[in-house]
Amino acid sequence: MSWLDIGSLSDIPERGARIVKTAVGCVAVFRTAEDEVFATTDRCPHKGGPLSEGIVHGKSVTCPLHNWVFSLETGEAQGADDGHIRTYPVSVQDGRILMDVSDLSKLSAA
Amino acid sequence: MTKKLIVIGAGMASGRALEHLLAEDPSWDVTLFNAEPRGNYDRIMLSPVLAGDKTYQDIVIHDDDWYAENKVTCRFGEKIVSIDRAAKTVTADNGEVLAYDKLLFGTGSNPFIIPLPGHDLEGVIAYRDLEDTERMMSLQEGQKAVVIGGGLLGLEAAAGMALRGVDVTVVHIMGHLMERQLDEAAGYLLRKALTDKGITVKCSANSKEIVGEDGKVKALMLDDGTELPCDLLVMAVGIRPNVGLAQESNLAVGRGIQVDDQMVTSDENILAVGECVEHDGQVFGLVAPLYDQAKIVAKTLQGEDATYVQKSLSTKLKVTGCDLFSAGDFADGEGREDIVFRDPARGVYRRLVIEENKIIGAVFYGDTSDSAWFFGLLKDGTDISDMRDTLIFGPAYQGGAAADPMAAVAALPDDAEICGCNGISKGTIVEAINNGATDLAAIRATTKASASCGTCTGLVEQVLGATLGDDFVIPAAQSVCGCTDLSHEDVRRLIKSQELKSQAAVWQELGWTTPNGCHVCRPAINYYLLADWPVEYQDDPQSRFVNERKHANIQKDGTFSVVPRMWGGITTPNELRAIADAADKYNVPTVKVTGGQRIDLLGVKGEDLPAIWYDLNQAGMVSGHAYSKGLRTVKTCVGSDHCRFGTQDSTGLGVKLEKLLWGSWTPHKVKLGVSGCPRNCAEATCKDVGIVCVDSGYEVSVAGAAGMDVKETELLAKVPTEEEAIEVTTAFIQIYRENAKYLDRGYKWVAKVGLDWVKEQVVDDLEQRKALVDRFELSQSIYRKDPWAEHAQPEKARTYAPMADLTLEAAE
Repeated sequence: MSWLDIGSLSDIPERGARIVKTAVGCVAVFRTAEDEVFATTDRCPHKGGPLSEGIVHGKSVTCPLHNWVFSLETGEAQGADDGHIRTYPVSVQDGRILMDVSDLSKLSAA
Repeated sequence: MTKKLIVIGAGMASGRALEHLLAEDPSWDVTLFNAEPRGNYDRIMLSPVLAGDKTYQDIVIHDDDWYAENKVTCRFGEKIVSIDRAAKTVTADNGEVLAYDKLLFGTGSNPFIIPLPGHDLEGVIAYRDLEDTERMMSLQEGQKAVVIGGGLLGLEAAAGMALRGVDVTVVHIMGHLMERQLDEAAGYLLRKALTDKGITVKCSANSKEIVGEDGKVKALMLDDGTELPCDLLVMAVGIRPNVGLAQESNLAVGRGIQVDDQMVTSDENILAVGECVEHDGQVFGLVAPLYDQAKIVAKTLQGEDATYVQKSLSTKLKVTGCDLFSAGDFADGEGREDIVFRDPARGVYRRLVIEENKIIGAVFYGDTSDSAWFFGLLKDGTDISDMRDTLIFGPAYQGGAAADPMAAVAALPDDAEICGCNGISKGTIVEAINNGATDLAAIRATTKASASCGTCTGLVEQVLGATLGDDFVIPAAQSVCGCTDLSHEDVRRLIKSQELKSQAAVWQELGWTTPNGCHVCRPAINYYLLADWPVEYQDDPQSRFVNERKHANIQKDGTFSVVPRMWGGITTPNELRAIADAADKYNVPTVKVTGGQRIDLLGVKGEDLPAIWYDLNQAGMVSGHAYSKGLRTVKTCVGSDHCRFGTQDSTGLGVKLEKLLWGSWTPHKVKLGVSGCPRNCAEATCKDVGIVCVDSGYEVSVAGAAGMDVKETELLAKVPTEEEAIEVTTAFIQIYRENAKYLDRGYKWVAKVGLDWVKEQVVDDLEQRKALVDRFELSQSIYRKDPWAEHAQPEKARTYAPMADLTLEAAE
């Protein structure tokens, strides 16, 4: 694990998201109404919609392009749709968001 | 040999430690210092003292007799000024030096005073000790108090003073009360209960300054300019462990005095207990852990083995009539699930947080009778998988029935208005049912409820169902989404009649089954709230589709389109130059003329949006709202200005309408057209509102479509003056805003309610027309503004950029 401080919890609106640019593409960092933080790829597997622009409800996000719904915890598409988004480990400590970037750098090195 | 123990601070924790210690070994020679001029009393009970339920005598824990019996030397009203750890002595403030074998810190905590300008004025107090309580009790009926802090202590102070007839306002910086113990839904219910007690609650409120007069507090000023006059200002924003003396004595201090599992500080002869302590990174404010620590302190002093272990905590608020309970962890962390139960009839809210088949958090409001049972499951880590389906109903209800979908309507009081058109209450309908009207047609015939616009039909049917029971089968109306059984029409009606003014109120009062809705219902509810309560409700960007949140249209590749407004389709060379410059500067790949007579810049990158808006703003242009469920364009022809056939100034009317209507949110998009003569070059007769000018005046027609459906408009009214044309148009748009289902275009809605009903309201009933126009104007006083200008400001613009760029990080 290689934790990197990517910003403050207050940088992300409640029930909203911001993106982090990485060598392997944009990662969406979500904040729920309960101040839980999740990180996933920003690309919907359906037509590449930017998930960070979707509506965040409960622990799910709805893709803004065609309303696919993904669990932020597992990355699985919900309901009738079939698909999966990659999730990344994040944690919050003293209001700062830490993301595990070891996977990201590995992929970029390859 | 007798051992000497010196105790600093006579609070509840050190008091309990002494009880345990002296019960086991009365031979200790104890000297007890306390800065307050009294012994140990029950601080938790200060709220009942404030409320008048108890007196100070009732809450004394250790009186003079107890100290005498236990041979404790009391030095009340005296402080320790320094400690010599090497010599094992303390120095009191009168200079006396006393030796100790063991020293116990019980210095407690200090209230945190926000260093606002004016915090040192007379009449600004904390809520910590008997003096503070007596100060609050000295207020007379009708005097004013402001409490900063909507946590446990602040609310108890507010409730106690309110009970004494004091006019109390609570100012809380967070979005809902007691945010550390409660989630938003329970916070909403609590706020409602306090408001019912006559307490004014202001959330999301930032204090700016305490205003004084002759050195005495006069008012609290908020950063939005609101001034709250007060005779007393109570700050209850939190406590800080009192560590000054420990720090000066070079003991290890973090947030509190650091102790190990035996409650021993970094000096083996010095112990600490209570709110001044930091154990394993935690500090403490509730009494239960302090009493646990006290036991360990006594054991350690006796040389016995004992280990302090932190336990789960629960909170109850001691305010009569506000029944709430919170325990464990109900935020943070992955792999957690919620079970939510709401009973609007009883004002009950229950939420359990489950992780790996165990309860790890609970928030209850309204009915906490089973809280001990749930707290037991939580503390014991009981596996709840077997009772999961019925768990939320409590111990007596295992295997109980599912929640009743009609509960929300059944719970309405008799005077709740069901039919807004005819002002028919639930009681009237129930009476009609009891008199033999047992179906919808009969209700319409006898009460007129649901007989006008018909949007309350679903509710009337539910009243029938609730009153007649199984004798009435409710026709299945389509619910908003999986989060509720109510239809859009039901929800709209209930938001109005029950005066629901926040999302939390809707979720709770209408029995939503999810914590905060979904992508289907939340945008609809957000719209209904802002349309019905423009002043009270604040638009929530996080409940909007991306286009309305970012004020631009998302394209299939994730870029955006930008369309500045061109009033009535009129532009100038300067505007065109600014658009051309912006297209060059931001590498806009496509520039297109739209069907609504303006120019679309397609393919703008999300992070460039604030900058391009800023540039367009500089040229005097504002958002065209080409992305919104709101007023889009007013298409015009050149009219009598240039055209030889033109009968009236259609361009001028178009510009006036657009300047009046822009910025307003509507159930779906709204497009207008104004043609200067019946040749209709502006294609006005396929718009949501189309005006065709004729020699004798203006034909205002509505409910056209030119999309998936193509439909000609229908005549609403023919009016002689431009002023009246504007009035009828505005009233039509407002009645559509107030009544239509979210995402119904105007023509779909008119088909549902009938054009005749719309005519009655907007054309025939002049009083109603005026009222509609007034309500529209009230709403526009808030929404008629340029969102681009706001989002181009640095603090908003920031949110359009990535929060971090790790590609740069790697390059470095």
